[in-house]
This record gives sequence, C-alpha cells and structure tokens, in this order.
Amino acid sequence: MDIQIRKVQKHFGDFTALDGVDLDIASGELIALLGPSGSGKTTLLRVIAGLEFQDHGQILFGGEDVADRAVRERRIGFVFQNYALFRHLSVFENVAFGLRVRKRSERPGESLIRERVLALLDLVQLGGLERRFPAQLSGGQRQRVALARALAIEPRVLLLDEPFGALDARVRKDLRQWLRELHRKTGYTTIFVTHDQEEALELADRVVIMNRGAIEQIGSVDEVYEQPTTPFVFDFLGGTNILPIELRDRRALLGGTEIAGLRDSIRPNGPADLYVRPGDLRLTEGHLPGFEVQVQGVQRTGPIVRVVATYDAARDPLVIELPHLHHDVPRFKPGARLRLRLMQFSVYPRHEPRPPRAPVTQPVLIGRERKRERLG
Amino acid sequence: MRNSLIVVALLFLSSFLLLPLIAVFTEAFRNGIQTYVQALSDPDAQAAIRLTLIAAGIAVPLNLVFGVCAAWAVTKFEFRGKSLLVSLIDLPFSVSPVIAGLIYVLVFGAQGWLGPWLDAQGIKIIFAIPGIVLATLFVTVPFIARELIPLMQEQGTEHEQAALTLGANGWQTFWHVTLPNIRWGLLYGVLLCNARAMGEFGAVSVVSGHIRGLTNTMPLHVEILYNEYQFSAAFAVASLLAGLALVTLGLKSWLEWRHGESLAATRRY
Amino acid sequence: MTTTLWLPTPAASARRRSRSVIPGFGLTMGFTILYLSLIVLIPLAGVFFKAAGLGWQGLWDVVSSARVLAALKLSFGAALIGAGINAVFGPLVAWVVVRYEFPGKRVLDAIIDLPFALPTAVAGIALTSLYAGNGWIGQYLEPMGIKVAFTPLGVIVACTFIGLPFVVRTLQPVLEDAEKEFEEAAASLGADRWQTITRVILPAILPALLTGFALAFARAVGEYGSIIFIAGNLPMISEIAPLLIIIKLEEFDYGGATAVAATMLVLSFALLLAINLLQAWTRRRHGGRS
Repeated sequence: MDIQIRKVQKHFGDFTALDGVDLDIASGELIALLGPSGSGKTTLLRVIAGLEFQDHGQILFGGEDVADRAVRERRIGFVFQNYALFRHLSVFENVAFGLRVRKRSERPGESLIRERVLALLDLVQLGGLERRFPAQLSGGQRQRVALARALAIEPRVLLLDEPFGALDARVRKDLRQWLRELHRKTGYTTIFVTHDQEEALELADRVVIMNRGAIEQIGSVDEVYEQPTTPFVFDFLGGTNILPIELRDRRALLGGTEIAGLRDSIRPNGPADLYVRPGDLRLTEGHLPGFEVQVQGVQRTGPIVRVVATYDAARDPLVIELPHLHHDVPRFKPGARLRLRLMQFSVYPRHEPRPPRAPVTQPVLIGRERKRERLG
Repeated sequence: MRNSLIVVALLFLSSFLLLPLIAVFTEAFRNGIQTYVQALSDPDAQAAIRLTLIAAGIAVPLNLVFGVCAAWAVTKFEFRGKSLLVSLIDLPFSVSPVIAGLIYVLVFGAQGWLGPWLDAQGIKIIFAIPGIVLATLFVTVPFIARELIPLMQEQGTEHEQAALTLGANGWQTFWHVTLPNIRWGLLYGVLLCNARAMGEFGAVSVVSGHIRGLTNTMPLHVEILYNEYQFSAAFAVASLLAGLALVTLGLKSWLEWRHGESLAATRRY
Repeated sequence: MTTTLWLPTPAASARRRSRSVIPGFGLTMGFTILYLSLIVLIPLAGVFFKAAGLGWQGLWDVVSSARVLAALKLSFGAALIGAGINAVFGPLVAWVVVRYEFPGKRVLDAIIDLPFALPTAVAGIALTSLYAGNGWIGQYLEPMGIKVAFTPLGVIVACTFIGLPFVVRTLQPVLEDAEKEFEEAAASLGADRWQTITRVILPAILPALLTGFALAFARAVGEYGSIIFIAGNLPMISEIAPLLIIIKLEEFDYGGATAVAATMLVLSFALLLAINLLQAWTRRRHGGRS
C-alpha cells in the first residue's frame, strides 16, 4: 500500500505538532521518521494510524483519502512503544485478538485462527511460547509478540513507534537485523519512528528527518548523511564542528587563510558557517589548504580516538576523531601543533536561525576532497 | 521507642475499634443462642433483611454502571471542567446522610414539589421502598467511581488504542481490554459500596417512615429494637451487619494483599 | 492487498475529528451527567431553593434559635475535636503500621477500616454499651467522675471513631513513599529523633494530614447513626444538628429542617474550601504530596 501525506497540520492547543508535512511513501518501503523529541515524528505516525486526527491536509492510502476512516477501519498494524500487550491474555490470544474481534461474517474459523496465529509466532521466532503470558516474556520477546499481533490483521501498513526504545543495547542490535529480514520476507510498507540516528540509518530504505513539526530532509541513508541540506540535519546525524569562515571566490577562509576550496558555490561571498564532522578532519602538510591547531587532550573511547584541539580563529575547541589504528594517531600528543585538512564538509549561511519550518533548501554546498573513507 | 509506640497504637485501636466489635457479639449472645436465633427468625427481622438486600441489590449495580461510565469519561478524554466533575462525584461524601434523606423528602414528600402529583398518580416514594433505594443511591454514588478513576488514569489509554488498531469496536474494547484491567479495582469498589449500601442508616432513616415489616432496613430494625430495650435482639441483628463488615474487611485485605498492584495506587477516601 | 473490504462510508467525519479516538465519550459523559444530576445535584439544589424561599429573615429566625445554635455548635465542635484527636493518634497509628513489623500487623491494618465497613447504627449501639455507666469502659470512667455516654463527650467519642480511618489512610501512602529518605536524612545530617520528626517528617506529611483531618471532620459533622445512640439527645446539651433536622421533619417543619440543613452545608463547604486552600498552600511551601 502506498501512502501519500499532503500538507498535514496538527495543533495541540498552542503547540504546533505538525506544520504542513508532505511525504510520499512507496508500497513496500521501509521508512524511518527520525528526529529529536517534540519534532512531531510520533504525532505524524499517530495521524497516519488514525490515533490522532489532522487539523488540515490529507492522508491517502493507495489514493483513497482515509479522513473518514476511524482507526479500527484503517487496518494498520501499530506497534506501541511499550507494546501495549494485553496482560490478561496469553501470547496466543494476544495475537488472535484482531481476528476474534472481527464481525462474525468476516471472522475466520477457530482452526484457521489457530493456524494463522501459530504461523505468525513461528515467523517472529516465538513458536512454542503461545501459552505464556506477557509478564513471562523478555522485552525482546514482548516486542515480537506485539509485532505478530499487528501482522495478524494483515495490515495495509505497519507502523512502529520507537520499536526498540525499551530494549537494552544488545537486544536492540539483534532485533534490528531481524526486523530488516522480516521486512524483506513480508514486504509490508513499514514506517517506524526513532530518535536514534544509528537505528534509522541501519534499518531504513529512506530516512525522513523531522524538526519542529516539519520535514528537514528526506532521502536515502547515503543522501542524508553525505549531503545534509540543513545545519539541523548535519548536526543531528553525528558530531559536528562549526568553523566560522569567510567565503571569497569559491574559497573558504578561516582567519584570513584558505582552508579549503569549493567545487561549486551557490552562496554569495561573505561570512558563513562551515560544518565538519570530527571524523572528517585529517593531518596534512604545510603547502596544502588547511589550518593550524594545538592539541589540548587525547581520549581513547573504544575503537575511536578523540582529540580536542584549539585553533586561533575561534573560541570553541575542535573535536577530531580517528580510528584507533590510524597511522596518524601517535602524532596527536597534548601540546602538539598540527595542520588539519577538511575531507568533507558543508557550508551554510552564517547565524541562520533554526527555521521553525524548513525552507526548501537546495543542496547547499558540499565540498569533498575525495571519496569518504567508510572505515573511518 | 518502638515498643511504646506500638503499645500506644494498639491500645488506641483496641479501645476505639476492637472493643466495640467484640461488644456487639458479646451482647448478641448474652442471653444465649436461643434468643439470638429467635431475634433473627422474627418475621420483622426477616423483612428487614430482605429490604436491605433489595436496596443494596438495586443501588450497587446502578452505581457500578455509573462508576464505570464516569471513570471512562473522566480518564479517557480531555475536557474542560474535569476537576469540577470529579469534585461533584465526591460531593455525597461531604453531605450529611440526614440531609441526603431530607432532599428527597423535599422533592417527593407529601409537601414536596412532586408530592401532590405523585399522590394523584398513586405513586409512593417517601416512606416506601423507592425512597429507601434513592437515599441509598445518593450516599453510595462515589464509591466505585472513586476507586476506578485513579486506577484508569494510571493505566492510560494505550491498551484501548491497541485494541482499536486491531479492529475492535468500542464495546469489544471495553469488554475484552479495559474490564480485565480494572476488574480487581471494580470488585474493591463494589465491596465498599455494598458495605455502605447495606449499612446506611441516617439517610434511609429520614425517608423510611419506620414501618415495621415494610420499610425497615436492618440498621433501622436495630434502632427500633434498641429503643424498645430489646438489647439482645438489637445486637443479634447488629451482629449480622458486623459480620458483613468483617467479611468486607477480610475480602478487602485479601484484595489489597493479592492484587494490590491492580488497585488504585493510593488509597483515597 | 485488497481495499474492497474498505468501502468508503462518508459517515460523519466531524465526529471522527473529535479530540480522542477512544469511543464512548457522548454515551458515558451523558449518562454520568444525567445520573449525577438526577440523584445528587438537582435534589441537593432543592435544599438551597427551598431555603431561599424562606428569605434571610426566615432563615435567621430558625438558625438563631438557641436550640439550633447549640446543636450546630455541638456538631461542629465535636467533629473538630474528634478530627483533632485523630490528627494526633492517626499519624501514630499510620507510623506504627508502616514502620514496624509485629505479629498481628495485618489484622491491625485491616481493622483500621472498621469504621468504614461497620454500619453506623451498629457502631452507635456498640459504643453506647461500652461507655454506659455499666459498660466495659464506662464502669472504670464513671467512678473517676467522667461520664461519656449521654453527654457531649460521647459525641466526641463517636466522632473520633468514624474519623480515624480517614487520617490513617491518607497518611499511610505518604509515609510509605518517604520513609527511606527520612531515615537517610536523619542519619546523614546527624539530626536526633525529635529533630527528624519535627523538621523532616511533619512538614512532609502535613498536606496529607490536613487532607485526612478535613475528611474526618467533614464526615463527623454530618454523622448521625453512630452518634445518636451514645449522645442521649438532650436538647441544648447533647443534641446534634442532623438529629434536629429529623425532629423538625417529624414535626412537618420542612422549612426549619431545610434551614438547618442549608446552614450545615454552607458551613461545611466553607470549611472544606478553607482547608483545601490551606493544604494547597502547605503543599506549595513544602512540596509534599497529599
């Protein structure tokens, strides 16, 4: 089932939860709604489900406006953040619920229900646990019961609200892989909400990044990470250093010296902010574009070495991250003066206040020295 | 410190609570089991027991329906004036039972607003069973709602939403999802409501007219016997009510012990 | 996936756009308001309607009569003293039940609710038989010159009896919640026991104590069943206001009964409001919970 969302607005009193959201979802897609809390992502999911009603705009399921469809008529599979399993019902009865409450004329027979439920429990790898009660299951198992329950009604679309939010890190990782696999097998159009960028990037075909009730960027995992169209997206998808630069004739100047050349410029000359990820800073030699920093501290966190350094042109220290086996690591010693180059960065207009609604920004300005080091 | 506090508490509780309870049973059997059985098998006593059961049998189910409806409306929806509504539901707790009786006399009594019209229709409410039921209803209105509101507030609406997404209609959602979640709280409320309904005295006293064998409930029958100095008989009937109280307390403690987590988090009255 | 099952039904979309997806608001709200109005609000409003019919002068004539004044004074006074006694012993009982383990604790905990469960008439005759001159307790008090049954003292005893659970039960959850922190605060700051009680525990439980006090008081003011047997009901001395309402009704003096009732309602609502405000103020100041 493909879904179109057209100019959807939703207010809670004075609070604008959704401010004109447009989104097209193709049939069978796995979409992540990603954003900080209060960004409207859960509201959007609930509006699609029919658990909230938009004030303006349209939701179309396969071209049909579902405004007049109550939640129970929309046939959506919704997995709640805390699963909302029925505590007094066994795993079997939880999964069978959606079949049992159907009108008599549409209700499958008892043997068919049994067959269907057991097949679903096998699908979610819970075969043999059908007599258990939710209280007797682990978090990950509960999550899968909730999923089987949602799948039992053969939903037109599967909606998951922070599906892994209540699980610990290990289980979360396993379940992600498993959900990806399940999606491949079943092919349901799936939308899930998360505030965890790693989760969104790992799972989704496309990521929808939301901020203050509006969509900041929609794109594939590569697109949103490599070509963030707004400072918000850049910032949200990982650590960020912001350098106050001066743009002049396709050159980025930091404190008067050129630190990088730009392939292309759609920004006028003048002050701008250069965004660069900690992992995209590397050592360079004196004759190449770059800038001098002084190392303040070096910290080892697992496979990553994190360096804090200061530079002359700005007040905020800079963070540099290197893989721990990188050949440059030994040169980062506290007090050392080193020259850095920018391997990949984005430039945005200076002091642009975070817009309450995202302007349709053309892909701004992407400087790229060479293909991104995936291993970094 | 510890022991002296326990002793003071025990002394206070036994002199104020335990002794009266023991006194009821002692007085009831003072003149032997014979008198006890006689007092209870008296036709007027039997009629009083019947009427008490009728009044509670009507009042408790009605207040059950009311309590569930009120709790549903208050906890599942947001609307203006909610706290006012909750205060109004609690209102009967702060009204003297005698005033509860009085208000129905003012409305339905012979000199009341509807009195002459009712009289013409041949309908008797005051000094008759309907009045007793009404008075009982008034004093027991809040019990079930008050237990359910905090409980359902705490449980939220996510289970109901889940049922709706799975295609259940409103009634199925209530019956298969909400009701199992609140059943112990509901039972708790019913228990307290029933105890009060069967034991109500002041409100019923005003509207009953004390017609023996017709409009006397058990507590009223106790009063009549006591005022006629038939102490043993009075305490005999009273011991039945005290037994009811003990059963109520026992069940209540069992519920709190066994299903405490499914009751309202804080016990309020 | 098929959509044929989902034929469009252009049914009232306005209804669906209501604020909640949960069904049943109209039905349950409608029934709640209707029931509450019919059983409680409209009949209760009748009291004020009837009282208004008497006029200020008529009301004043009834209320200012010596007998009514004495009865109101007794009802409110005894209720206040009873609630006060409970405000002292209630916290003690709650503390013992929450804090200590001892044999029979569960029974003790259960028995606290006896005044809720025991029909008031039964409580009334039981208390009377205990405190009468030849009763289990009365026989020891009488030689000391303390007469309880058939005096205002008896009214106070009954008021204490019915009010106790209100105080204990509102305090219990608060004490349970905060118990550990009290201990730690006391230990870490080196406060002695008395300081812990007066500086830490009392302020924390004060809002709940006031709530319990207010509930106990409100219940005792209107109490009838457990009082009339032990009170003796001597006009001007041990006659409570609710009894006076009944007496006036039996004399077919509806106006008089209504006047007393309206006065009681207004007084107890005003007192409850005052205590609620006081409680809100205390809670703001001390941040405790009610």
